[in-house]
Amino acid sequence: MIFAISFITFFILNIVPGNPVQLMLGEFATPETIERVTHEMGLDKPVWQQYFNWLGKMLKGDFGVSYFQQRPVIELLGKAFKVTARLALSSYVLAMFFGIAFGIIAAMHQNKFLDKLLMVLSIGGISAPNFWIAIILQIVFGLKLHWLPISGVRTFAAYVLPTIALGTRYAASISRITRTSMLEVVKQDYVRTARAKGLSRWKVTMRHTFRNALIPIVTVAGSDLSTIFTGSMLIEMVFSIPGVGKMFLDCIGNRDLPLVEGGVMYIATICVIVYLAVDLLYAVIDPRIRLGGENE
Amino acid sequence: MNKRRQVPENTRGFYKISWDLLKKNKMAMVCLWIVIALVFVAIFAPLLAPYDPDLQIIKEKLQKPNRIHLLGTDEYGRDILSRIIFGCRISLSVGVISQLIGMVIGFFMGVCAGYFGKKVDAIISFIIQVFSSFPFLLFAIAIMFVLGPGLNNLYIALGLLSWTTTARLIRGDVLKLKNSEYIQACIVGGGSNFRIIMKHLLPNCFYTLIVTLTLGIPNAILSEASMSFLGLGVQPPMSSWGSMISGAQSYIRSATYYSVAPGVAIIITVMAFNLLGDGLRDALDPKMRS
Repeated sequence: MIFAISFITFFILNIVPGNPVQLMLGEFATPETIERVTHEMGLDKPVWQQYFNWLGKMLKGDFGVSYFQQRPVIELLGKAFKVTARLALSSYVLAMFFGIAFGIIAAMHQNKFLDKLLMVLSIGGISAPNFWIAIILQIVFGLKLHWLPISGVRTFAAYVLPTIALGTRYAASISRITRTSMLEVVKQDYVRTARAKGLSRWKVTMRHTFRNALIPIVTVAGSDLSTIFTGSMLIEMVFSIPGVGKMFLDCIGNRDLPLVEGGVMYIATICVIVYLAVDLLYAVIDPRIRLGGENE
Repeated sequence: MNKRRQVPENTRGFYKISWDLLKKNKMAMVCLWIVIALVFVAIFAPLLAPYDPDLQIIKEKLQKPNRIHLLGTDEYGRDILSRIIFGCRISLSVGVISQLIGMVIGFFMGVCAGYFGKKVDAIISFIIQVFSSFPFLLFAIAIMFVLGPGLNNLYIALGLLSWTTTARLIRGDVLKLKNSEYIQACIVGGGSNFRIIMKHLLPNCFYTLIVTLTLGIPNAILSEASMSFLGLGVQPPMSSWGSMISGAQSYIRSATYYSVAPGVAIIITVMAFNLLGDGLRDALDPKMRS
């Protein structure tokens, strides 16, 4: 899978018009210099040869050197990754907490006012573009109320607004799937039995309903985790956060191919790891999947 | 001449039942009207817009909402309301056209995978997996860089990326249908593959197609807004809601109202399509009937 993605990325990026050497050296470079630098960087070789060179090095952990910043890609990526990971993971935790909580509350009050209010909010959260939420948050909390900084990552407080802006959409989608999944399970006989046994409503909801409603939630949560790392791109732009997304957008503009390729591979790898983790998690939460092999 | 069997008058067709179910869903009906209104706005934009959306009056730049300019003016003195009305055209056309492209590709890929099975299925399923494991926005950005920004390229890029959902669902449908007796009868009867696909499989997949189309449109509209926000979508002076927000971003200190209106337009549109899609899915799903 990762190979297929690496292949597609490399070839797409190599058809992109624009000569990076020309951009790097500026408009006053002589043709001889351009030719020499092109040769030094191995860009005059056929594309497939470049691909295998790059793939071979990448497997050894060498992603090449950024054309413009003249530093190893892996170092730049690592630095940016720390920032993105902090932002993405905090948004993710926020989204999971509020999403699941709202979903459960809505399911417990099905068709009542609270349920309808929460579902209208969540459909709004799904429909709003996150960069717009980001700007509105900047205006309200940054410029009008002066509570929080609106850009950078210097302080902990600077992460608050981007985290909310990024997390809203995911919280909304998680709350919707939680509600739907809970309502499916509530109809089951064992839930009624548990209630009839005299267990409290809260206990039945958490112990019996929620645990059995987990599978669809985990599926959505898993795909959300992989998209939140790329979804942070726009938020990073709005708040000028030096994360992977912003780096990616900056360097795709000036054809800094090693950095772009490294960035894509990083994101693809995260996606694949997350998919794997979700599959493993299925086995943990659902004994039928874990034991399925033995029964057959 | 063999006489046609008389159909009792009181039976309703599949789509009639669905329509009746949809009519009962108030939320979905409201959204249907909103969507119709949006289509109307998009078609008659030149008549509805109070001003030329590209008319620049620098003297009147960054005005607050007032009687002359209901939603104020932007940094070039263009009327925001007019630009939003024209932006509706872009958003809807991107949503519909890109999803139609995606639907056609998705249908044929899905049908081929489900109908022919074996190696064809293995290859197509692999392609679907690769495409869908690739982060959407990233791929869209990469394609837009290859094709260059512009409206037509946006249709193509978003269309090329959205076919996988349709393909996966259609593949599932076809796998189920293929084993049904009437399709087997067609195969035994010597019907050509093309005829079976177009005459028998397509109508039976129709409801999957409608639902994925309606639910795909809001995503495409959001992606268009994101791409235009990054400057990769619609090019100025054409007005797009995404690029208006991007323009407003530089003026959040001086003109706060500027960024609000395009965002609200996006939310209303996307929300209407989402809720309508949910309603359609419920109404068209045979399982919901029993």
